[in-house]
Amino acid sequence: MAKVEITVNGVKHAREVEDRALLANFLRDELGLTGTHIGCDTSQCGCCTVHVNGQAVKSCSMLAVQANGAEVVTIEGMAKNGALHPIQQAFTECHGLQCGFCTPGMIMAVAGLLKDNPNPTDEEIYHGLEGNLCRCTGYINIVKAVKRSAELLGGK
Amino acid sequence: MYQFHYVKAKSLQEAGEFLAAHPDAKLLAGGMTLIPTLKARLAQPSHLVDVGGLAELAGIEVKDGKLRVGAGARHREVAMSAVVRKAIPALAELAGVIGDPQVRNLGTMGGSVANNDPAADYPAAVLALGATVVTMRREIPADDFFQGMFATALEPDEIVVRVVFPVPKRAAYAKFPHPASGYAMAGVFVAENADGVRVAVTGAGPGVFRWQEAEAALGKNLSPAALEGLTVEAEGLNEDMHATREYRANLVAVMAKRAVAKIAGK
Ligand SMILES: Cc1cc2nc3c(=O)[nH]c(=O)nc-3n(C[C@H](O)[C@H](O)[C@H](O)COP(=O)(O)OP(=O)(O)OC[C@H]3O[C@@H](n4cnc5c(N)ncnc54)[C@H](O)[C@@H]3O)c2cc1C
Ligand code: FES
Ligand code: FES
Repeated sequence: MAKVEITVNGVKHAREVEDRALLANFLRDELGLTGTHIGCDTSQCGCCTVHVNGQAVKSCSMLAVQANGAEVVTIEGMAKNGALHPIQQAFTECHGLQCGFCTPGMIMAVAGLLKDNPNPTDEEIYHGLEGNLCRCTGYINIVKAVKRSAELLGGK
Repeated sequence: MYQFHYVKAKSLQEAGEFLAAHPDAKLLAGGMTLIPTLKARLAQPSHLVDVGGLAELAGIEVKDGKLRVGAGARHREVAMSAVVRKAIPALAELAGVIGDPQVRNLGTMGGSVANNDPAADYPAAVLALGATVVTMRREIPADDFFQGMFATALEPDEIVVRVVFPVPKRAAYAKFPHPASGYAMAGVFVAENADGVRVAVTGAGPGVFRWQEAEAALGKNLSPAALEGLTVEAEGLNEDMHATREYRANLVAVMAKRAVAKIAGK
């Protein structure tokens, strides 16, 4: 077992975890933040994407102990004071989801993409979301939602 | 995942001593290969020694005319580094097409070369550029370093500290990625170095290899036309559910032409 202190969505949590605990399981099972989804065993689907110290990572492929001392933001940390985050707003407006399973990871990946590139082209969006799979939408409306997010965030 | 003990290394020396004292311990860098491997229960290390974020493994710089990339440099840093883009733009470009953004945010140069996945991208650049892998105890030329599928010249307790790349006159990388994982089905790195042209192929064979016939042809004429009619032997290449060995052999020739076209276009 290992002692960790991880700040999640602005709140510091001190816990004892198994050395082998994955960050995704820590968030879901220890903290009850089940917005972070686990969609695969192969580190490919991106449903589990969260930000660790400002960068998008797959929380199913990082140990909780590796995040000791870090600042983590999950989908639950995106809306502020009851108002959706602009990226969440854009996904709603553009119908960027159907079943919604990939959506939390998609939104965290989009947040990472737009931080590096506030106004991406279609090509840049495809490349930027290569780590996220969606079984429902065919991606068309997701790409629209990314463009709308860029507008709402003032990239254009 | 099997149980293991996690150890956060405070220095390279501490990590090295720990590995020497614990034969079943493994280094953990970005974890982008190791953690999926552990999740699939394909390995059972006693300890993971985390060298992620160690200052001694950080840094990207040009020194004595060579590009030095710390083993701890993340793929993202290499892709975005102004120093790499100026010295060897093809290396920055290669780093930018490894896996996906989340993988690039964690995966490292040292982890990738030490792992020597037959479909990894960096080994092609390291071999084509004639780079040197520097460990805590010696310097290993690329030609001696890669030894076939997941095999390298590293001792079990040897730690890669940096990779030193001579700056080529021109270089380019072309990759046909697997559509789901992003790994190379075939990737070809072509470099015009001070001492001639080198062509390294990843993804197609059991390990990265040089395509000497193409090197000879391109040494005389660095243009896609020089590769016309040249083929790699399909015998011995990888065959799996994604592609036959004949298909991979063809991909190698196509990727080589694309890489040379990029060079010639510059
Ligand atoms: C979904 C996905 C897609 C991917 N796609 C690609 C791709 O397209 N192309 C590609 O090239 N790679 C790809 N990768 C692999 C990725 O690039 C890894 O980051 C890389 O192979 C390993 O680096 P790491 O820092 O994560 O190493 P780790 O996983 O931490 O370690 C890998 C191995 O190297 C050893 N090691 C680590 N650091 C050192 C060191 N300094 N000295 C000695 N040994 C060391 C470890 O003990 C371990 O055995 C992908 C990975 C995933 C999960
Ligand atoms: S759960 Fe699929 S990548 Fe993490
Ligand atoms: S909306 Fe169902 S997986 Fe993307």
